[in-house]
Amino acid sequence: MSTPGRSGLVFEEPLLFERSRPGRKGVSLDDAGVPAIDPIEALGADLVREEIPNFPELSEFDVVRHFTRISQWNYGIDTGFFPLGSCTMKYNPKVNEAMADLPGICDVHPMAPDADVQGFLALAHELENALAEIAGLDHVTLQPAAGAQGEFLGMRMVQAYHRANSEPQRTRVLIPDTAHGTNPASAALNGMEVVEVECDEDGVLHPEMLEPLLDERLSALMLTNPNTLGLFEPHVERLSEMVHAAGGLVYMDGANMNALMGAAKPGHMGVDVMHFNLHKTFSTPHGGGGPGSGPVAVRDILAPYLPVPVVRREGEGEGEGDRYVLDRDLPHTIGRIHGFLGNAGIWIRALAYIRTLGAEGLEELTERAVLNANYLLSELRQDYDVPHDQRVMHECVLTDKRQHDHGVTTADIAKRLMDYGFHPPTIYFPLVVSGALMIEPTETESLETLDGFVSAMRAIAREAETSPEKVTNAPQRPVVRRLDEVLAARKPRLRWTPE
Amino acid sequence: MSYTPHTEDEIREMLARIGVSSTAELFANIPGSLRSRAELKLAPALDERALLRHMRGAAAQNRTVNNETSFLGAGAYHHFIPAAVGALAGRGEFTTAYTPYQAEISQGTLQAIFEFQSMICQLTGLDVANASLYDGASSIGEAALMAMRATRRRKICVSAGLHPHWLQVLRTYVEGIGTEIEILPLGDDGRTQACAPDEQVAAVILQSPNFRGCIEDVAAFSLAAHDSGALMVLGTSEALSLALLKSPGELGVDIACGEAQSFGVPLSFGGPYVGYMASVKKLVRQLPGRLIGQTVDAEGHRAFVLTLTTREQHIRREKATSNICTNQGLMMLRATIFLALLGKRGLRRMAEMNLSLSSYARSRFEAAGLHLIHSAPTFNEFVVEVPGLEQKLERCREQAIQPGTPLGDFETGAADHLLVCVTEMNSREEIDRLVRELAA
Repeated sequence: MSTPGRSGLVFEEPLLFERSRPGRKGVSLDDAGVPAIDPIEALGADLVREEIPNFPELSEFDVVRHFTRISQWNYGIDTGFFPLGSCTMKYNPKVNEAMADLPGICDVHPMAPDADVQGFLALAHELENALAEIAGLDHVTLQPAAGAQGEFLGMRMVQAYHRANSEPQRTRVLIPDTAHGTNPASAALNGMEVVEVECDEDGVLHPEMLEPLLDERLSALMLTNPNTLGLFEPHVERLSEMVHAAGGLVYMDGANMNALMGAAKPGHMGVDVMHFNLHKTFSTPHGGGGPGSGPVAVRDILAPYLPVPVVRREGEGEGEGDRYVLDRDLPHTIGRIHGFLGNAGIWIRALAYIRTLGAEGLEELTERAVLNANYLLSELRQDYDVPHDQRVMHECVLTDKRQHDHGVTTADIAKRLMDYGFHPPTIYFPLVVSGALMIEPTETESLETLDGFVSAMRAIAREAETSPEKVTNAPQRPVVRRLDEVLAARKPRLRWTPE
Repeated sequence: MSYTPHTEDEIREMLARIGVSSTAELFANIPGSLRSRAELKLAPALDERALLRHMRGAAAQNRTVNNETSFLGAGAYHHFIPAAVGALAGRGEFTTAYTPYQAEISQGTLQAIFEFQSMICQLTGLDVANASLYDGASSIGEAALMAMRATRRRKICVSAGLHPHWLQVLRTYVEGIGTEIEILPLGDDGRTQACAPDEQVAAVILQSPNFRGCIEDVAAFSLAAHDSGALMVLGTSEALSLALLKSPGELGVDIACGEAQSFGVPLSFGGPYVGYMASVKKLVRQLPGRLIGQTVDAEGHRAFVLTLTTREQHIRREKATSNICTNQGLMMLRATIFLALLGKRGLRRMAEMNLSLSSYARSRFEAAGLHLIHSAPTFNEFVVEVPGLEQKLERCREQAIQPGTPLGDFETGAADHLLVCVTEMNSREEIDRLVRELAA
């Protein structure tokens, strides 16, 4: 079998607690240089704890070897191809990391006075402007720590807008079934009523489907565009007009912006508020689940409700250079969504990406993301069922329909891909497609990588017909075999305890 | 600069295989009226050298904890970070991995989270912990929502000693659903005044050490909360204090949460940081965010997997426990490595150094005739009254000293109150200089 990898030596590694030896230490901390205080004398026995039982005791080398070994059990984008639909795992340029680690960036305290952090505020302002331009909207807040927090914040601002306009009864949020999974939860957490709208057979939302839902209860339409089938919503302008005419606002989930940059701007589609996922569109590393960053862009009408503080530029053209201040005094603000200003280290990475690419580079990456997705779709449709067979944007959806006849499911195909050296695609999502395999190659993958993936997918399709047990018994090659997830849920062991 | 690998020949070949004549044809579903207005007006692209110049130029305009003497705390703490933390957490296998949905090829991340959960349980003295939350502020918001779900009550009592930013975030989290918030005032000693919650109250929320640095009598509040059927929630912005102070579990706390930035996470102007949350076992199914559990694979090997996901957004959508679809993986990893390196004795030692140095600072302030506002015990932060604070701040600035956080920005009547934080990164000489400047 042709794969991008061969098996090498993989080390066993116990848990930190099992490696621990009483008396070992990994760090030396000298004398404080002042008289040592006895905690019990200073604070009283009621406040001071005993030593922590079973807390690890390790040498530095123990720790280095431990984490190096377990890192090797991970698959990352630096290791191989990650065709995760809607998650957007593209190359994370190393220069972005270097910028976030610069002195003057990583060692700036968030409570320092505005005058002492002018450089950081200038960079934040620069990123806000770039994102506003990409969105085609007027203002951006960088506060949300993740896309889902951005969704929550965006809907909170929509709610504040209706309340300020004396229309508190507008609590209904229309969400197509092709939206991202967090959308309904983000609306519901704000106490809003979620109404799911089914997409048509062609996978997109049509004006007539919205028509019966437009009344005085309408708060917002929450649209993912391109949607989770990888399709651009072609009626979006008309849909926005209808929502606005009915007194509602349009929220766009901007997780898929790498399909739109230089191709279309949400502001022109009638979108009033949207979030970005910096870790998706602008290549900041996701580190096994985070951190992300979910800036929110809004049209002028929502500016009064932005979270505080807001970065403002002052003194322009006065000869003293730019000056930035944090404005904390917005009378209609929804408040604050982050303990400080947001995931600033992630902004720096995203800004580095935008600045090195420029407008042309961003436009090019959109083109290549769409090219790669359509290429994969056209190659894979020979062996896999395609539920909505049409031109896609940056991702496409296949199903296990043809393989199912041989007893092979989407989960089996995903696990078998590991044996061929690939990370599986997103599976069983979107929920509107049975047995979905959602594939997003991204723009940074080369033709030979895509062809390698196509070969593996074809080989699996063939195996499903001729020797399905090879697929259903996968994976064979990773550090562990298929896991007993039922046991984990039925008898939860969520922490280490001594035997 | 470009990170796309395609050659012109390859693009032609791919378009031919797709069966279109140009890239533009691939965008046919986007209406022409939108396409024609899509041009981006951005600053010209920079190469890597020019980018470095640009970023360094901006960075040079910031004062940092390294180019001046800093006593800033107030929710973000300047602590020592061993070099091994960055070296290990920066490995591409960790940084460029995704959420561990495919457990067989994500065991590194999964084991690290399991170890993090275990150490948070040990530090908090509670039964279960999650895989981390966005930050300390959102952990309080999530704890309030969790308590309301668990008790089916709609009111919360919150100490005025909660970090003011955290209180704002808490309001943002619960205001949309009409939650009633009662603020519990602080007494002169700097601790929260006793409360008697009624039967509407879902949670009593305290921070210890609180925003003014004072260590609360948490156990008394736990009793009062439990008497009324409410849950006791304890937030902590300075997680290092957990190494020294009675654990939340020992104090009767049901949900312990807060900010773990102190554990090896750089200051980075406020983020990314790492929120933590632990609870008693009976609340496990109400716990928001990810949970990693231990199981076995098909050959009986120990392995780890995301578990109890039926609580999560991707299963029940609008009925989900929370809308969190991420954790702070990389920051969680840094905290895990940091805690492993410091270990049982190093962590305690660091905490004791903080206590010793801040006690020394307190005694020097008193000796210089400055008034420490509160009598309650403190850990590494305290409030000192500095007459004419504004002018003194300016003088300190000229001396490259960042003397602390003036509380006048947060409270009325606190114009001369300065929140000073002393950690192991401050020397005796720095403390002496600070006291001299503020007492002069």
